[in-house]
Amino acid sequence: MGGFFERIVGRKRSAKSAKERLQLVLIHDRTDMTQAEWEALRDDILAVISRHVDIDPDAVRIDVEHEGREQRLVADIPLRSVTRRRSG
Amino acid sequence: MSAKIITMTSGKGGVGKTTAVANIAVALASNGARVCCIDGDIGLRNLDIVMGLENRIVYDIVDVIEGRCRLRQAMIRDKRLPELYLIPAAQTRDKSAVSPSDMVRLGDELRKEVDWVLIDSPAGIERGFRNSIAAADQVLVITNPEVSAVRDADRVIGLLEAEEKGSPSLIINRLNPSMVKKNDMLSAEDVIDLLAIRLIGIVPEDETVIVGTNRGAPIALEAKSMAGQAFRNIAQRMQGHDVPFMDLDSQGSLWTRIQRMAGRR
Repeated sequence: MGGFFERIVGRKRSAKSAKERLQLVLIHDRTDMTQAEWEALRDDILAVISRHVDIDPDAVRIDVEHEGREQRLVADIPLRSVTRRRSG
Repeated sequence: MSAKIITMTSGKGGVGKTTAVANIAVALASNGARVCCIDGDIGLRNLDIVMGLENRIVYDIVDVIEGRCRLRQAMIRDKRLPELYLIPAAQTRDKSAVSPSDMVRLGDELRKEVDWVLIDSPAGIERGFRNSIAAADQVLVITNPEVSAVRDADRVIGLLEAEEKGSPSLIINRLNPSMVKKNDMLSAEDVIDLLAIRLIGIVPEDETVIVGTNRGAPIALEAKSMAGQAFRNIAQRMQGHDVPFMDLDSQGSLWTRIQRMAGRR
């Protein structure tokens, strides 16, 4: 969106950067967790789950979503197909 | 009858708390309500000069709390509106001179005297802020469409939720419609989206605000001031009226442009 215009101007309009940067920083402020702590949490979740089922770590998506001021941790963890593994 | 106690806070300094308190108080009082403002910024007194009452101070909030004067003696009457009062901050003391329970007691006493109590909180999230919200029935968070102000507002909203003060309402101050139009300023929608609390007013950036504070005469009484209109609308909404948000488009609709040319706005 606005790619052509942005290429001419050389950068996107500042309001958009402000909003995107704020969205990120507010997640950290509200949960009081740093980027490194998030990564540690992600690694722990993956370790626990892969003890029980076979997953592809690269396909995993763990995000903070919000509804109003409520935040939730949402994990999308595709499982590796057992049948495919057997036949392959 | 019992007054409603409203606290204005922001986290960040300089976003317009004091000006907003002065203007909303003037707007409420001009609608016939009895209003008392309290300057909660002990050691950094300011609401008195914004309201033009700096030469009338005899007693201050700490004098009332420590029993050196009666409540009525510390309530300075406004020059223009007979039912508007100010309890000034102490200038020679610090925030530890007042405790949250002192504020609750003062608020309860004031409830019998007026219809509205507006408390101007100091910047920050420490003792002065805690004192200012202690007695509040409702909190208004004011911010500017700018990254640091929005971030601090979010922090304050989180603290208010943790204190179980209920969800505060939001005032977006100093919005510049032409910058928003150029996508170089966060829009009101952006700010509401980020902070996710109820909006109670959008105040456009307006030179008349500074002219008013220079004179010690808040512009909420000036019919032609855009910011004054925005503050009057906030007062109306606080009083339970359903007032539509102003059209802040820099050009305005054809009709508002005609009105402006005709000197009606």
